[in-house]
Amino acid sequence: METAQAAEGHTGKANGIGAYLAKHLREYGLLFALIAIMAFFQIVTDGTLLRPVNITNLFLQNSYIIIMALGMLVVIVSGNIDLSVGSVMGFIGALAAVMIVELDLPVYMTIPACLIVGMGIGAAQGYFVAYWKIPSFIVTLAGMLVFRGLSLWLLEGQSVGPFPKSFQLLSTGFIPDIFGIGRPNGTALAAGLVAVALIIWLGVRDRTHNRRYGMELEPPAFFFVRNVIVAGALLFIAYKLSTFRGLPNVLISMVLLTVIYAFVTENTTLGRRIYALGGNEKAAKLSGIKTERLTFLAFINMGMLAALAGLIFAARLNTATPKAGFAVELDVIAAVFIGGASMSGGVGKIVGAVVGAFIMGVMNNGMSIMGIGIDYQQVIKGLVLLAAVFFDVYNKQKQG
Amino acid sequence: MTPLLEMRSITKTFPGVKALDAVNLSVAEGEIHALVGENGAGKSTLMKVLSGVYPAGSYDGEIHYDGHLASFGGIKDSESVGIIIIHQELALVPLLSIAENLFLGNECARNGVVNWRETFQRTEGLLRKVGLAETPSTLVDSLGVGKQQLVEIAKALSKDVRLLILDEPTAALSESDSQALLDLLLELKAHGVTSIIISHKLNEVRRIADSVTVIRDGAVISTMDARTEDITEDRIVRDMVGRDMAHRYPARQRRAGEPLMEVRNWNVWHPEHSDRQVIRNANLTVRAGEVVGIAGLMGSGRTELAMSIFGRSYGRNISGEVLMRGKPVDVSTVDRAIGAGLAYVTEDRKSLGLILDETIERNITLANLPAVSGRGVISEARETQVAEKYREAMNIRTPSVFQKVVNLSGGNQQKVVLSKWLFAGPDVLILDEPTRGIDVGAKFEIYNIINELSAEGKGVIMISSEMPEMLGMCDRIYVMNEGALVGEMPAEEASQERIMSLIVRV
Ligand SMILES: Nc1ncnc2c1ncn2[C@@H]1O[C@H](COP(=O)(O)OP(=O)(O)OP(=O)(O)O)[C@@H](O)[C@H]1O
Ligand SMILES: [Mg+2]
Repeated sequence: METAQAAEGHTGKANGIGAYLAKHLREYGLLFALIAIMAFFQIVTDGTLLRPVNITNLFLQNSYIIIMALGMLVVIVSGNIDLSVGSVMGFIGALAAVMIVELDLPVYMTIPACLIVGMGIGAAQGYFVAYWKIPSFIVTLAGMLVFRGLSLWLLEGQSVGPFPKSFQLLSTGFIPDIFGIGRPNGTALAAGLVAVALIIWLGVRDRTHNRRYGMELEPPAFFFVRNVIVAGALLFIAYKLSTFRGLPNVLISMVLLTVIYAFVTENTTLGRRIYALGGNEKAAKLSGIKTERLTFLAFINMGMLAALAGLIFAARLNTATPKAGFAVELDVIAAVFIGGASMSGGVGKIVGAVVGAFIMGVMNNGMSIMGIGIDYQQVIKGLVLLAAVFFDVYNKQKQG
Repeated sequence: MTPLLEMRSITKTFPGVKALDAVNLSVAEGEIHALVGENGAGKSTLMKVLSGVYPAGSYDGEIHYDGHLASFGGIKDSESVGIIIIHQELALVPLLSIAENLFLGNECARNGVVNWRETFQRTEGLLRKVGLAETPSTLVDSLGVGKQQLVEIAKALSKDVRLLILDEPTAALSESDSQALLDLLLELKAHGVTSIIISHKLNEVRRIADSVTVIRDGAVISTMDARTEDITEDRIVRDMVGRDMAHRYPARQRRAGEPLMEVRNWNVWHPEHSDRQVIRNANLTVRAGEVVGIAGLMGSGRTELAMSIFGRSYGRNISGEVLMRGKPVDVSTVDRAIGAGLAYVTEDRKSLGLILDETIERNITLANLPAVSGRGVISEARETQVAEKYREAMNIRTPSVFQKVVNLSGGNQQKVVLSKWLFAGPDVLILDEPTRGIDVGAKFEIYNIINELSAEGKGVIMISSEMPEMLGMCDRIYVMNEGALVGEMPAEEASQERIMSLIVRV
């Protein structure tokens, strides 16, 4: 219908906005899906979802998924997949427990050591994928079994804990109020304001750039509404957090990592090359891109982030258990696909993956509050994943 | 006589592009109708409308076929009335046999069980009809493009074709394969099959077409009937590009300077069959400002030679030396080869040259990202400037450089690949079939660019299956046969006959 209209020569405003929306339905859809899901759970949980404690919990509970989703997005964009991240995360948690609790090694040594081990694991898997061209599905499936087994062996089937206070801070610490107000927490409020200002500034800057180079412009109304929603949500969350204990440490690391990864993937030559590699490996290679090395790096990066997630997870539970990280890879991968990445590589955005992870997180959290059994939870999450990807494919077909 | 096909006032719009604007096309039963026009004129789009790739409702206008108003919801619908399209890009499954490909989706099967005997028998019959001497169980993968094209036609015949549409069927074929294909079309015509053929090779059009329709910018410019009037190539060209083109090749000034690139004792073995030597002791020199051609039949090893030099992208056990300005250089990986001043424009733009789902802009800058970035951070502004510059210089037809490459017409995609390598700023540019699927006007532009490069003192190596192009553009021509460079001659002394005789003599 869209084309028929255009053919008749109506270039009216309504048509422009309609066409724009049709083309970018996926991105707006994701944002609206998150809002709708939050609204839904807010209502059915009688307002529990957005209580300050629960918002704080949402971040604490999901931080490790979000952190791994960053790495997974890069891996998937490069045209691969990593099934081992759950096991690696559990293994690193176990390693940290053994090092700190059983061997009495200091925390400041354990953390870097664990990150390096994570990178080593990523390098080992990436080596086979990149240089021996073994499909990543197989290599990391093997890795998933190996590291699941190794964490059982490390922990001898037991839970190991508790951790010293300094290690727990990794996950349960909060940023103190630098303004000395206490409650509401001034730092949290200020951070919210700064974030809003930054986002609006970046948005406007992008818009001027797009206008200057004749790129497609988001209709002003959309730009405005979208920014109002995002800004409102940020301020709301900042306010809620400030009335509890302020900004959790993990939130800061999460935001920092997200910004860094979004920047690297979207604005650097490194990021561009990874997209090219996933888009068409042969063409990328013939353009002088070191495709093997990039694949290798993507896995090393994934290993490091899985290790970080393992540390944060162990710190939060204050113990390392043999079951830690079990089946987490599925949530991470689902988050990335819900966020709009394509299985065949070359497509996907960091912000999408993070929003996807939040959608999974809110659903996990909301359903737990409602007391829905783990059985139904799995069913619902599975259907949401399918729906999201179906929406993608359907959209693409309609346009093509 | 009412025509077999009449398309009336077809209009098709894509976001930002009016690809077809009230196009009328009338094709009589039993004729060969040629559709010609510049890259991006809308030829492929028109045929996709006809064959239901773009279903009824996604365009305006009417299609009358065989006396009825037709409305195809998909390709199956058009096939059921005998309209078969063979796309610009071949659509065979490489790792299936000829027989399996022929009957794919249309298997000779009872209750889902394939009857292999019947399949093979019918395949043999069809292969005989198209004159392809291969066994039905041969994997399509192992056939050259020419033979694959014949398999496509056999596949069309298996579906009781009445109207056969061929989108640039000879673009990737050698001279002799093209001849065979055209003969086959004439033979099908004798059996009552109507065809529409899209081609940029005007000599072929003249040879076989009964009528010719010229499309420019989505509108029909003229329709000529070869049975009642004399259709000259010049006339077609004039209608295509909207002006007279006195020459097909721009004038060239020869100015061969110092040796720029030398390849010495180059040997390459096949990547899988390690006992097969693909390139035998090749020696080749390109001087500054020189355009050097490598002539040869398809499969003679020209592409393999070029790709093995360009970062060992082909073959194994490679030995030999590459010198730039007299000094040995390392070309063992693609980025080193680029660093040494080489660029290679592949003949296979879809799978080796482009990232189809990316924008024009990002494809153009891919091989030279550092030039649009500082400290590893890409400057979008600079990137867009570069892309705009090449869009203008190469006359890439597109509403914007942020268009995805997959949405461009074949010829315009080729211009994007060329832009990418021009932007990489090489000293020696290796062009592998650079004008494949490109219209006469754009060819002229590309020749001009080649001349500009050589005027700047750069070297160009041109691999082409179009002999006139080689003779028209090159200063010196090497002849390659079965992996060896068997001869070399200055362009003045070269002729089609001399080149062929060198190939045959060996
Ligand atoms: N899916 C699409 N989306 C947007 N634009 C398109 C799409 N397909 C084709 N176009 C545009 O429509 C125009 C006509 O394209 P078409 O492929 O029909 O050209 P063509 O005459 O076959 O050219 P060539 O000789 O290069 O193959 C071009 O400008 C092209 O960019
Ligand atoms: Mg075409």
